[in-house]
Amino acid sequence: MRPHEAPEIVIVRTGAANLASVCAACRRAGLSPRLSVEPRDVDKAALLVLPGVGAFGPAAENLERFGLWEPLRRRAAEGRAMLAICLGMQLLFEASEESPGVSGLGVLPGRVTRFPDSERVPQLGWNRVVAPFHAPTLRTGDAAFANSFRVTTPPPGAISAITDYAGPFVAALERSGLLACQFHPELSGAFGLLLIRRWAAACLAAPRSAKEAAPC
Amino acid sequence: MLIPRVIPCLDVRAGRIVKGVRFQNLRDAGDPAERAAAYENEGADEIVILDVSATTEERAASIDTVARVREAIGIPLTVGGGVRTIDDASRLLDAGADRVSVNSAGVNRPELLAEIAGRFGVQCCVLAVDASRSDGGGWRVLTRSGSTDSGLGVEDWAARGAALGAGEILLTSWNRDGTGAGYDLDLLRAVAKAAPIPIIASGGASTAAHMRDALDAGASAVLAASIFHDRVTTVADLKRELSSLGVSVRLPIPTGATP
Repeated sequence: MRPHEAPEIVIVRTGAANLASVCAACRRAGLSPRLSVEPRDVDKAALLVLPGVGAFGPAAENLERFGLWEPLRRRAAEGRAMLAICLGMQLLFEASEESPGVSGLGVLPGRVTRFPDSERVPQLGWNRVVAPFHAPTLRTGDAAFANSFRVTTPPPGAISAITDYAGPFVAALERSGLLACQFHPELSGAFGLLLIRRWAAACLAAPRSAKEAAPC
Repeated sequence: MLIPRVIPCLDVRAGRIVKGVRFQNLRDAGDPAERAAAYENEGADEIVILDVSATTEERAASIDTVARVREAIGIPLTVGGGVRTIDDASRLLDAGADRVSVNSAGVNRPELLAEIAGRFGVQCCVLAVDASRSDGGGWRVLTRSGSTDSGLGVEDWAARGAALGAGEILLTSWNRDGTGAGYDLDLLRAVAKAAPIPIIASGGASTAAHMRDALDAGASAVLAASIFHDRVTTVADLKRELSSLGVSVRLPIPTGATP
């Protein structure tokens, strides 16, 4: 890559998602977005986004249909650069109350559940994300949410940021190059933009894995 | 806890912002992308675009407007006006909307709400309700930009819309719209009770106190147009006033802040 070129970021296009917003945010972050459903891109892209709106079941089916299940699962499990947004984050877990009987990628242990009816559902709008001080890219601040389902137990082995809506839930988590956000960084103004920039910069600076580090 | 949202609304026709009283006597109020970006910088939590185009040509220009606004802002964008089919919704989402708002077409064909929610999720499906006070008490749903009385009661329609798949209600008081007399608080209370989803209060706001009252009445967000377009106040000043009234608001990170 020549230095004047914006680094490419591949955005998984498997159906319903606010892809225009994700692309616009990537451009603002100094990245060059490209939409793809190619398993090869999911495997090889330096930076990858798994966006997602819609329902858990159909989204999981789509990943299977496009042959992306295994490349996505492997990439996430190995902690290679991947930004999973909203439903994209939920798909990393084992299952969701939204679509009983449908398996998620199972990269992270746990189940996605619905907010209780004590609050207005979906959660729509800005809420406070509290990140631990040692988080590499996550920070404390306000982010934009649009979700009816969430994960309440921070998975072991990942660094989790927490938000409160009818009790605490996992607002985002990171494990190596994997950054999963229940909120929408692409819609979270400067807070989201800076997060995308930090994550992309950290991933591009670190070799993707030992065997791929070029001996130049 | 969730922070109440302040939402500037852009009524757009043929690529320009227009504003009138009770949807009549529309006048030019600026460039949508320019204004939307300014509102985000001032602290707007979200932008709503309502396409009030009268012709197909004007509507085509509005798709381009959505794309231009999307490039200019990094906050949620809801777009409504003339959404009759799932393809209309899809086109707006492709252009850069995050949510679509359905009004008259939902009254004519309620399944549209279920279709949008089924394909894009409930968080993507906003039900816009134009409410008019009835002489005998209560409120009726108006359609076709306020020109037609649908005969539906507002609370019934709100409850049914939520059950069908609407994830939010944009509730406009026809009697208050453009008057600056404050939101219809009784209407807000009634709909907040009838539907378990977030409600955006719309129609009549001219002060921070109006907004505080709407939030107290059960609204999750407050929408206004003229006070922002006419520079009566800025989103930033309004949020400062809301804060001094005891409402928690989101204070934006200044643009250009370093990571």
